[in-house]
Parts: sequence; C-alpha cells; structure tokens
Amino acid sequence: MFERVRVLIEKEWAEVFKNRMVLFTVALMPLLFTILPLTVLFLTPSGSGDSADMPEMFAASCGQSMSANECLQIYLIDEFLLLYMMMPLAIPIAIAAYSIVGEKTTRSLEPLLATPITTEELLLGKGLAAVLPAILITWLCFGIFLLLAPLSGISAAVRAHVFGPTWLLAVLLLGPLMAIAAVNFAIIVSSRVSDPRTAEQVSMVIIVPLMVVLFGQLAGVIILNPTFMLISIAVMLAADVGLVYLGARLFGREVILTRWK
Amino acid sequence: MAMRTLRRLLRLIKAQQLLKRLITILTAIFVYRHKTVFLAVQDTGGEYTESIQFCQGKRSIINSSRHLNATPKSFFDPQTVMIHTQNLTRIFKRSKNEPPLTAVEGLTLDVPRGEVFGFLGPNGAGKTTTVRMLTGLIAPSSGQATINGLRLGEQNQAIRRSVGLLTETPGMYDRLSALKNLTIFARLYGVADANEQVEKYLRMLGLWERRFDEAGSFSKGMRQKLAIARALLHEPPLLFLDEPTSGLDPEAAHMVRDFIAELKNAGRTIFLCTHNLDEADRLCDRIAIFKTHLIEVDTPQALRQRLFGRTVVFHLRELNPGWVEAVQAMPFVQSVQSRANRLLVRLSDPEAQNPLLIRRLVELGADLQFVGELRASLEDIYLNLIREA
Repeated sequence: MFERVRVLIEKEWAEVFKNRMVLFTVALMPLLFTILPLTVLFLTPSGSGDSADMPEMFAASCGQSMSANECLQIYLIDEFLLLYMMMPLAIPIAIAAYSIVGEKTTRSLEPLLATPITTEELLLGKGLAAVLPAILITWLCFGIFLLLAPLSGISAAVRAHVFGPTWLLAVLLLGPLMAIAAVNFAIIVSSRVSDPRTAEQVSMVIIVPLMVVLFGQLAGVIILNPTFMLISIAVMLAADVGLVYLGARLFGREVILTRWK
Repeated sequence: MAMRTLRRLLRLIKAQQLLKRLITILTAIFVYRHKTVFLAVQDTGGEYTESIQFCQGKRSIINSSRHLNATPKSFFDPQTVMIHTQNLTRIFKRSKNEPPLTAVEGLTLDVPRGEVFGFLGPNGAGKTTTVRMLTGLIAPSSGQATINGLRLGEQNQAIRRSVGLLTETPGMYDRLSALKNLTIFARLYGVADANEQVEKYLRMLGLWERRFDEAGSFSKGMRQKLAIARALLHEPPLLFLDEPTSGLDPEAAHMVRDFIAELKNAGRTIFLCTHNLDEADRLCDRIAIFKTHLIEVDTPQALRQRLFGRTVVFHLRELNPGWVEAVQAMPFVQSVQSRANRLLVRLSDPEAQNPLLIRRLVELGADLQFVGELRASLEDIYLNLIREA
C-alpha cells in the first residue's frame, strides 16, 4: 500500500515542481514570512518604554511586567504567527485543487485508476503530496526565524513569548492540521467539479475562517494564547477526521470517469 | 437472584447469537453450492440455455437466451476462457427529466484465452463502458463477469493487476519523461524488476533513445506507443485496447498493428475495440458487432458466409445471356447474376461445385479468364448488421 502512495507522491512532486511558477510560489511566501517578522523585530525598539499610553488591545496580549516596546513587538509578531499558519494552507490548496481535476483534464486519470491503486491510496498520496512540502517549508522557515530572532536584541520576555507554547502549538500542530483540512477540502472540491480554475477558486474558501481569526486579532476581539490554540487544535482535529472521511466517501470513481467531459 | 437471572439471560443471548451464526453459515453454504449448480446448468450447452441462479434461497431464471453460434460450446471454464460475461448490463442515471440511459444491455459472451477479440460498434454503442466494466473501473448495474478467473465486483483489484488497458487517449504525464512515466506505472503495478521492464518495452517500441524527453514533446504515434508500453509493463495476460490506431498516420497505425500481431503471436488475449474494420478483419480471430447489446459474434469468415453466402465470380471473355439461364438451371446453384462479362454465382459448397460449373460453361462455349471468390468486406457485414439492429 505505502509503496503505491510513495510512488504517487513522487509523481505529484515531479510534476508540480517541474513547473517553475509553482516552485517560485512555494519558495516566495515562506521567504517573505520569515524576513518580515525578523525585520519588524530588528526595526522596533527593544528597550523599555512607557506602558501607560499603551493601547488596550496591546496590553491584552502582554504580561503585567512587560514594557510598552515589548508589548508592541509581541503584538506585531503575533500577526505574523497567523501568516505562518496561513503558509501551509495557501500553497497546497492550489496543488490539491488541481490534483484530481487536472488528471481528468489531461486524461491521465483513467490509466491511473486502472492500476491496482485503491481510492484511499489515491487520496492519501494526493493529499500528502500537497501538504508535506508546505508543512516542511513552514517548519524550516520557523526554525530560521527562531534562530535569527535573538540576534535582533529582543528581550528575554519577548524571546520567551516566541519560544512559548502559543507559537509552538500554532506552528507545529495547528498549522499542519489546518493544512490537512484545507487539502482534503480542496481534493473534495477537485473531485466534484470539472474545471481546474473552479476547483482552485472554490477551494480558497477554506482560508475564510483563518481570515476571520486574523481580523479578530487585529480588532482585539481574539487573543492568541495557549487556550485559544488548544481549542483550535481540537476543532481542527475533528474537522480533519470529518473531511478525510467525507473525501473518501464523496470520491466517486465512476462519476469522475463517466460524467466528466 | 438478580445476578442468576442476568446470567441466564446472557447465556440465552449467547445461544441465540450462536444459532444466528450457524444459520448464516448454512445459508452461505447453500448459496455457494447452488452457484455451482448454476455453472453446471450452463455446461450442458445446447442451442438454448437457461441460466439459473439461486439468490437468497429463491430459484430465479435470470437469462433464457439463444447462445450465438460462435460462442464456445465448452462455456465457462476458467482454464480456457479469459473473459466470461453473463447478462452484463450498465444503466446510467441521468438528470431528473431524462430517462436512465442503458449503455450496455444483457451482454453475454466468452472470450477464450489467446484470442484476439474484436469489439465493433458505432460511436456511443457502449464499447468503452463495456471495457470499463471489464477492467473493474465501473460497476455493472446487473449481471456478472469473470476475468482471468477472477470475479468482477469481488476481486476488482486483482483484475486490474491482471489486465492491461490502453485508453482511447494516451493520457500520459506530459511534463514527465517517457522513462519516468513508465517507471511510475511499473511501480504502481508492483512490477518487481521495474527498471528492466521499462527498458525492455522502451527498446521494443523504439523509444529508448528518447527516454529522457518529456512525453508532451512526443508525436501522437509515439505517445500511443508509450501508452501501449504502459499497458504491457506488468505483463498482463489480457489486454484491452480501445481504438489503438485512432488518429494515427498510416505509418504509425501500421506499426501499432504489427505490434498487436506480435502480441497475438505471443499468446496474449486481446480485446480490441475499433472502428477500423480492415484492422479488425486482419487482426481478430472473432469479432462482435455491438450496439448497446450484442448483435452478432463470430469469425469474420463465418459472418461473411452466414450473411452473404459464398459467391463465385466467373470472368468470361464474352457473356452470352443464354448462359445465365443454363447456369441457373443447375440444381446446386442458389442464384446467378450477370455484371458486364462476369457471372456471379452463389453456391453452398464452391470447392465441390466449381468444377461442375466450369465444365458446363466450357461446354456452352464460354472462354473463362479467371475464377475467384467474391469476399464481402467486413464493412458490408458491419453496415448490414448495424442497419438491421
């Protein structure tokens, strides 16, 4: 079973990364999301500041003993945390959305389905091929960020926040879980529509909940803390199980072969 | 007291479950045994055959049809029969306002091992649907089939492992090299010596030199060759070829036909869907004319004889109108037609009757130039049968 999944992953990667534009997209976003928060940390003053005139929404995300500058840094880089979570979403969605419908339009799906590959293997292979590079790149970029952030002269409090449970839970667990959900959603869409562009556009809908969180945080309504992360992880885990099950149920070999033109 | 009652209750439940299991096992044995009866009834053969199936303890006749003359009399023996279908039907549901579409209806046929079987029919006749059913890609609405001794619906994965499929369009991964394309499929089929197999077929089909080129850069003929190689990588004993020469230039089509002939000589069973009647005539041991249901199945020669009889053409230097009547008067002559200086005589046994006819014509003073048999083309047969259908 795993050999066929592995072959499919290799095939997907060989096909996708032959396209230089995809390679560029995959590399550009993580690079930006690594450079930008580091720039913010390097540019913002890291010393103590007057916390009296600190906006209320800043204060909510900081500890009692933090200075205004530390609070500002934490507030700003927390925005990038959401972008780190978005990173493993955007790239694989485009790949996954194209995965089934693309095979159909190039007429390569029928020979593929004629092999002994099962529906579960097909979906697993397609899903992993889309989700793994994004997760690995996100982790790599986060690692680079963690390595370089202390060089900006951030205080121990800010360093503790970045290395703290909120960020680690978000990047190491929630992000990948969201990516899995997004990819499964994209594969479901890809196996239900007959046009690659429609598949990509509809699949992007999955980003909406994350945008809600982003704007919620900007507005100070949502505070990113370990509790919020744990609740989000539980929700995403349930969503992943549901979407994987739904994906396998909704994937109709016959419908795809006989009704799509 | 309560505990004792509870224990008794549990024992009772266990006994009931045991009884249920026993009944299930006995029912399964009963059904299994009567499926054997179903095959035995078929084995009796005959012009008319009743297929009887036991389903959930009920005896029901599922098919009572005339078996076509050329269907092997031995019927279903997995040792000799590669494809066996019984009343295979596929109905597609459509939108609410449209009635369901029957693509394949009651297909019953046997294809012996090692045969090249031509499956002919117009566009939309249900040929591709049949191939998809027989390769386990889509499920039949009713009926049953056995492919290479494996039951369709129950052993689809094993069926897919033992058949090779050439789809109507090659469907290669255009961005990947020819080598990569084939290696992927060899590994998906679980071929042990994938690299060697890929090399073997790339060399055999003359693509080895261009193995690192993207499949998308290949000509249509080369892509078709690559798709044929892909279908053969796992050495399937049964090959489904759907329009293998469609859209190819004459040279590429000729090459593909030669390769099919080689596969035939190697003893593979080939199920060939084609519109090219000349190709079917040259390659196929038997052909089936199909349009939603099976119209006729036989060898091209037998179909010719059955539909058009055997007609002998006598080329004469000059034709005297009186000779037509003289020939017609001979007792074994079925019909005579004259066209220019030719006599077209329909006979039941030309090998025995030709010498008598030639002698008679010479006696009448005819100068015979040539004598030959008029062969109805497969196109004539096809059009005749499709029009009738």
